Amino acid sequence: MDHFPTNWGNPRSEDVDNYNTYPVASHIGKAPHSVTQIAGFGHAAGHPSTHTQQPVVTGTSVLGLKFKGGVIMAADNLASYGSLARFRDVERLHKVADFTVLGASGDMSDYQYVKHLLDTQMIREYNADDGNTLETPNIYEYLWRVMYNRRSKMNPLWNTFVLGGISQGKSFLGAIDLKGTPYQAPSIATGFGSHLAQPILRKELETRGGEENITEEDAVKILKDCMKVLFYRDARSMNKFQLAKITEQGVTISEPLSVETEWAFAEKIRGYGA
Amino acid sequence: TSIGIRVKDGVVLAVEKLATAGLLADGRHIVKRAREEAQGWRDIYKMPIDGPSIANRIGDYVAAYTLYSSVRPFGCSTLIATMDNTGPKLYMVEPSGLFWGYHGAAVGKGRQVAKTEIEKLNLEEMTCREAVKHAARIIYNVHDDAKDKDFELELSWVCEESNGLHQIVPKDLAAEAEQYAKASILLT
Repeated sequence: MDHFPTNWGNPRSEDVDNYNTYPVASHIGKAPHSVTQIAGFGHAAGHPSTHTQQPVVTGTSVLGLKFKGGVIMAADNLASYGSLARFRDVERLHKVADFTVLGASGDMSDYQYVKHLLDTQMIREYNADDGNTLETPNIYEYLWRVMYNRRSKMNPLWNTFVLGGISQGKSFLGAIDLKGTPYQAPSIATGFGSHLAQPILRKELETRGGEENITEEDAVKILKDCMKVLFYRDARSMNKFQLAKITEQGVTISEPLSVETEWAFAEKIRGYGA
Repeated sequence: TSIGIRVKDGVVLAVEKLATAGLLADGRHIVKRAREEAQGWRDIYKMPIDGPSIANRIGDYVAAYTLYSSVRPFGCSTLIATMDNTGPKLYMVEPSGLFWGYHGAAVGKGRQVAKTEIEKLNLEEMTCREAVKHAARIIYNVHDDAKDKDFELELSWVCEESNGLHQIVPKDLAAEAEQYAKASILLT
């Protein structure tokens, strides 16, 4: 509240450029010598800020598969600190609304920030009290815009998110990566999953002739098989994961479970197993 | 007239919705500020704001409008109902910025009668479901048929049954409460 009448009705001060609208003379000819130099000081237009980071505490693959009646997703409970299996009880599948689940791979602190952003949006919708709630495609659009906006500022949220849900009878499954690229398909897999699991998921969809021919039991089995392959081959995975199922009845995120694995062959191996 | 009653497991708010101009806009402005304060708190502390803090924030905000001649004080009292792990709480902020925590509070035209009625209740032992009925009855009782036209009763609560969320009282319970209220005024 500006209480001083002498300030009212006067034009904006020329000394302050809050929105970086014009180059400032002092920056011409001076190239920045480090990212820290740029990031450490509030600077005017002339060069962009760059904060592209590297992820620190990370989650690996998230899988998603449409089936007859809904969508199912899987993600393990591990958050790695480089090669250290640091946090082994992390829930990377998160219920956003009554019929939407967000799965996160990549930097876990960015995931926590995005969860906070989504909570804020859901609260705003609740307060508006106009009979509408955010549906899965709406949340997807919002997330995509946030991711793309951050990428354009060269300060990405280092994640690949998977969003699955059901709205107005239609099931929804899509992914958005750190560059803000959205991708919707009947099967989704991030990280190592995109190399090891996606072919399995697509093969199943093809041989059965589409998601309408996959039952809930089928879908659970397919995802468990994929998680087994990932545990065998992804060195940053863990054999403890959760399944999230979204149907017309709502969202169910299972308790942590494991798959059976065989390691007896290891004793016979000499060298690198050729 | 609007009333709030704090009971064992929650807080019930009951409002006599009339077409009043002016004051309504002030009320909306305060609600807007309350939402901003609550969101700001969430952003910093990553947890929902608690009763005493939001009441304090609103109290300070309302008081600020009594300090300068360039603005006028808010023309309404604000009832704030909260619920957290320390239990249910009810606050009332007056146009001066003064606020207290209450077991029962009433504002508006019929507040004298409403307060008397509320004082007769045993709030410590009451449940929210019972409180809803009493709140409806009291609003119907204080409504001045001579002066005002028909009104709409709006009931809301924040309690264990609502999972700590502020929501409009479920339709069936609200209808039951209104029946009870209408029946009781016929008797008096």
